[in-house]
Amino acid sequence: MRISYAWLRDYLKLDIPADELAEKIERTAVEVDGVIRPSEGLKKVVVGDVLECVPHPDSDHLHICQVDVGEDDPIQIVCGAPNVAAGEKVIVALPNSWIGNHTKIKRSKMRGVVSNGMLCALDELGFDEKLVPKEVADGIFILPAEAKPGEPVFSYIGMDDEIIDMSVTPNRGDMLSMNGTAHELAAIYDQAPTMPTVDLHEDASELADDELNVTVQADEQAVPMYKMRLIKNVTIKPSPLWLQIRIWNAGMRPINNVVDATNYILMQYGQPLHAFDFNSLTKGQVNVRFAKAGEQLTTLDGEERELAATDLVICSDDRPICLAGTMGGLDSEVTDKTTAIALESAIFDAVKIRKTAHNHNLHSEASMRYERGIDHSATETALDAAAALIAKLSDGTVTTGVVVGRDEDVQPVVVKISLSRINHVLGTDLSLDTVAAIFRRLDFPTTIDGDTYTVTVPARRWDIHIPADLIEEVARLYGYDNLPSTLPTGQPTIGRLNETQQIIRDSRKLMESAGLTQAISYSLTTEAKAKAFALHASEVTKLDFPMSSERSALRLNLISGLLDDLAYNNARKEHDVALYEEGRVFFSQPEQVRPKEVEHIAGAITGSMVQTAWDTAATPVDFYQIKGIVAGYLKSLALAAPVSYVATTAHPEMHPGRTADIYVGEDLVGFVGEIHPATAKAYKVRETYVFELDLDALIAQPKEHQQYQTISKFPSITRDVAMLIDDQVTNAAIVKLIKDKGGAHLRKVQLFDVYNGKNVPAGKKSLAYTLTYQDQNGTLVDEEINKAFEKVLTALTETLGAEIR
Amino acid sequence: MSLQDRLTELRDQGLADIKSADVLKKVNQVKVDLLGKKGPITEVLRGMRDLTPEERPKVGAYANEVRDKLQEAIEHRREELELAVQNKQLAAEKLDVTLPGRQVPQGQPHVITQIITELEDLFMGMGYQIVDGDEVEEDYYNFERLNLPKDHPARDMQDTFYITKEILLRTQTSADQPRSLENHDFSKGPLKVLSPGRVYRRDTDDATHSHQFHQIEGLVVDKHITMADLKGTLTLVANELFGDQFEVRLRPSYFPFTEPSVEADVTCFNCNGKGCAVCKQTGWIEVLGAGMVHPRVLEMSGIDPEVYGGFAFGLGPDRFAMLKYGVDDIRNFYLNDVRFLSQFYKKG
Repeated sequence: MRISYAWLRDYLKLDIPADELAEKIERTAVEVDGVIRPSEGLKKVVVGDVLECVPHPDSDHLHICQVDVGEDDPIQIVCGAPNVAAGEKVIVALPNSWIGNHTKIKRSKMRGVVSNGMLCALDELGFDEKLVPKEVADGIFILPAEAKPGEPVFSYIGMDDEIIDMSVTPNRGDMLSMNGTAHELAAIYDQAPTMPTVDLHEDASELADDELNVTVQADEQAVPMYKMRLIKNVTIKPSPLWLQIRIWNAGMRPINNVVDATNYILMQYGQPLHAFDFNSLTKGQVNVRFAKAGEQLTTLDGEERELAATDLVICSDDRPICLAGTMGGLDSEVTDKTTAIALESAIFDAVKIRKTAHNHNLHSEASMRYERGIDHSATETALDAAAALIAKLSDGTVTTGVVVGRDEDVQPVVVKISLSRINHVLGTDLSLDTVAAIFRRLDFPTTIDGDTYTVTVPARRWDIHIPADLIEEVARLYGYDNLPSTLPTGQPTIGRLNETQQIIRDSRKLMESAGLTQAISYSLTTEAKAKAFALHASEVTKLDFPMSSERSALRLNLISGLLDDLAYNNARKEHDVALYEEGRVFFSQPEQVRPKEVEHIAGAITGSMVQTAWDTAATPVDFYQIKGIVAGYLKSLALAAPVSYVATTAHPEMHPGRTADIYVGEDLVGFVGEIHPATAKAYKVRETYVFELDLDALIAQPKEHQQYQTISKFPSITRDVAMLIDDQVTNAAIVKLIKDKGGAHLRKVQLFDVYNGKNVPAGKKSLAYTLTYQDQNGTLVDEEINKAFEKVLTALTETLGAEIR
Repeated sequence: MSLQDRLTELRDQGLADIKSADVLKKVNQVKVDLLGKKGPITEVLRGMRDLTPEERPKVGAYANEVRDKLQEAIEHRREELELAVQNKQLAAEKLDVTLPGRQVPQGQPHVITQIITELEDLFMGMGYQIVDGDEVEEDYYNFERLNLPKDHPARDMQDTFYITKEILLRTQTSADQPRSLENHDFSKGPLKVLSPGRVYRRDTDDATHSHQFHQIEGLVVDKHITMADLKGTLTLVANELFGDQFEVRLRPSYFPFTEPSVEADVTCFNCNGKGCAVCKQTGWIEVLGAGMVHPRVLEMSGIDPEVYGGFAFGLGPDRFAMLKYGVDDIRNFYLNDVRFLSQFYKKG
C-alpha cells in the first residue's frame, strides 16, 4: 500500500520528515519497504509556455518550438510529439537537466536545427508506463494553464510528494486505506484525525428503486452486504489533475472520472466499489449468485473465463456481468458512451474471493482487500462518497436512495481485559492510566471497572476480537523498545541431548575426524535418484505437483545426493573430494501416505584424501580406505554384536566385486563399496567409493557394556604364519578358523601381508598373520603355545587347504 | 724426591694430560695410565710402607687428595667431550621446521550445522530440550493447529509442496509446536523446546530463494512467561550469533500462531547502523520472527490459555550464515562445493 504523505496531511498535522514517519510506522504498525520520492534525481525540469510552434522544414513530424521558460528570452526546442501546439504549458527539460532513468539532457541539433532541451512525457520523468493515463501516453504531458513558466514542474504533477510504501501484513487489512492509516497514525502521534465527510445530494425527483432492482441469491455468509446506487446523466471524461495525481501516486493508472472516483474511494475507505454501465443491464436488474460450473464470462481484460461453482458472480437478469470482488465483465464496462452508472458497494466472503482470485489468477486491489477483510461499517458511507464524487466529476445526478440487495447489522466487538493480565503477559508494570490512554489514542471507547477495561472495538479494526489482540495494541503503542528484557524464571529444567541426538552429533564428529566434510544435499530429487542405492525395497514418496522433475521425489538414500555433489565438484576440477551426509531418508509404509523418516549416514570419497606433498605421495582412495573409515566409525559406536562384511552383488548401482553388505549380528545396517563404473558415468563422477548406513538401526543396536579388564602382567608371545591358499578363501573365513582353533590364550590375529604376485601360482594367494598369545594368570611356556599354534596350522591345512610356508 | 713431591708432579702432569685429551678414548687412556692398578699413583701408595708411622697418614691423605682431584678432572673432561659429541650430532640433525607437517585428513562440519549446534548448546544451557519433528507433516499440524485454517490469506506467505491434500513437506519447524504442546506433562515443569530442522517451500531456487532451507523454532510455555522474557531471550540469541555490541529492536509483525507477533532486527554489523547495501540503508537487519503463543494454539492443544502462556520464535540458520559470513547465494549451502565448505572452520 502506497501512502501519499501529501494526502495524509488532509487528516493529520504531520511535519516530521518522511523517513522518520516511515520508521515510526515500521516500529509501531507494519513493515515499510521504503520511501519513494518521485522527483529524486531529477534536476532543471521546469514549466514551459509554448509561444510558437512551427513544422521542422526537414521533417514530417518534428516541430520547432519557441518556449518561455521564465527567462528573458524564449528558448528553442525541437519536439517530435504529435500533440505539441502553441499556447500549451509543457514540461521542459532544460539543457544539462536530469530526467528519469538517470538520463542527462544536453543541447543538441535535430536535423540541423538547434534544440535547447526537451519537452517531456510523463514516462520520461520516470513514471512507470503502467501508471500513465492512456490519453497522454502517446505525447508530451500538458500542464494546467495556470502553471508558471520557469518554475520546477514537480508540484504540478504530484512529484514533490513523498510516498511511503507499506508492506501490510495479512492481519492489518485496515491499513490498506488512507482512513485506516490515518487512524493508526492518529493513535501513534496522539492526534484527532480529520476524517473525510460525505457531501451527497440526491435528486428527489428520481428514486433509484424505480429503475434498479437488486436481489442476492447467494447465502448471507458469502454475501453479507450488497448495496447499489444509481447515478444518471454522467459524462465520461478524464479526471481532473488533482485526482489523477492521487491515483498515480497510489500506484494505479487514471482511466476516466468514474473509474478514478471508485478507485479514489477504494484507496480512501478501503472499500472496493464497482461501476456498471447501467444501460448494459437488462431491465435494470441485478442479481448475485454462485456461478454454474462451466458458465462463461468475458472479463475486463478481454479474457473469456470458464466459471466454477465456487465463484460468486454478479448477474443481470441471470446473465453474468462481473466476477464478484475480483474483476468486472467487459459487457458492463464503463465506456465513453456511458450515461448512467449502477454503483456497487458490497462485502463478499474472504475465502470465496480468495478462491476465485486464486483459480483465475486474478489478483486485484479489490480481491486483495476482500481477502484481508473490509470495514463493514464503512460500506454504505463509501458508496455514498463515491456516488457524490462521481456526480461531481461527471455532472451527473444521484437518484434518491440506496438499493439494498442485502444488509447487515454491524456491531462493534466488546473485549474485556484486566490491567494485571496485560502486565502479566508483557512483563511490565504499566499503570491503569497508561493503558487507558493507549485505548483513548486508538479511539476505542473504554470503561474501567476496578482493574478491568471494557473496550468497544470499532468495526474498522476487525482484526481485534480477543484479549490477546488488545495486549498487542498496548504493547506496540507503549513501544517494544520500552519493554524490559528478562529471561524466563520458574522451575528449572535440564536441557541435554537425548541418546539418539548425542549419537548423531558424535557420528558427525567421527566422520569429520576421519577426514570427511559434511555435505547437506537436497532431499528432493528425481524419482530415479531417489530410488537408487536404497537399502531396502520401498515405494518413493512423490510430490503431488512438483515444480520440476529434478525435485519431485523424496530420497531413499543419501549416496545419490553425495554423487551429485561430487559431480558438481568434478565439473569444477575438484577431483579430490571426501564428503559425508547425515540426514533423513523416506521409506514408504504400508497403508500410509506419510513415509517413515529414517536417519542415515553416508559417505563418498573420490580422488585421494591426502594430496601429494614433499614427503607424501598422493594415494588414490580405494575400497579399503572407505572400509577403514566405516570400521573405525562402527568400532567407536561400541556395538555389542559383531560387525561383519559380506560380499554382495545385490546393489545394481555398485561394483559387483567390490561391495559388501554390513551386518551387525544378523541385522543388515548398510553397505560399503565402489560405485559401478556405469553409475559413475551416469552421475559424471570419477572412481568413487561410498558407504551408506542406517543410523537409526545402529542407534537401536544394543551397546557393549564396557568394563575394565585387568591388563595382564605376563608377557605375550607371538607366532607368525604364512600360507598359500585358494583365492576364493576369504580373510574372514581364515580369521574365523584361527580364532575358533586358537585356544584359550589367543588374544589377537593380525593380517600383515597379502601377496599374489610373482611366485604365487595362479588361483592362489599368499597371506601372513601374526597370532598373539597371552595368559592373564601366568607366563606362557613355549611348549604350550607351540601346541596351540600347531592346532591352528593343522586346521588351516585340513579345513581350508592352506599350504603353510 | 719425596713421595709428596712425586705426587705433586704426578698430579700436575696428569691434569695437563687430561686437559690435552681431545677425544673420549684419550681420556679413558689417561685414566687407565694414571689411576690403574699398575699406574704411578698405585706405585706411590705401595712405597708408603717405607715411611714412618708419623708420615704415613699425611702422605696417604695427600695421595687420596691427588687421586680424587685427578678423578674429578677426568669426569669433568669426559662430560665436556660427551657434550661436544652430542652437540655435533644435534647440529647435524637440524630440520627445517617450516616444512609442512604430514597431512592427516580432517573434515569440517557444514556451516549450517555449526550455527544450529551453537544455538542448540546455548539453549540447552538454559534448560531447553532439542526436538526433531518429521519433515513430512500433516497439513493439520503444519497449518491448522497453528491457527492457519485452509484458505487463510497468510497461507500465501508459504507456498507449499503437497504430497496429498492432507500431507505436505513442512514449511516451518513450528509444525512441531502443537505436537510438543500436546505431549508435554506440565506437572513436570515448563515446556522449553528448540526444534531445528529442514523445511521446504515451493520456491524456484535462485540467489535468495531455496526450496529447501533450515529453521530453528523455540517454544516456551509455563504459568508465567512474559514478552519481556521473549525480548531477553532474543537479545541473547542475537548476541550469541553476532556479538554483544549490537542492539536488538522488536517491531510488530504478524504470524497467525502468535499474538502479539514481532520481528526482531539487529543493528547492521556491516555498517554499525549507519546504513549500507547489506541493510538496504536502514541500519537494521531482520533476523527472526517471534511472539507470544496465540491462545487458540494453546486451546487446540488442550492447554488453558488463562493459566498457561508462552513465547515462540523462529529463525533461519541459512539466512544467519548468509549475513554473518557475507554469503551472497543461498544455493551455495546445498551444492557442496568443497571450495565453499572448507572455508568454515568450527570455532572454539
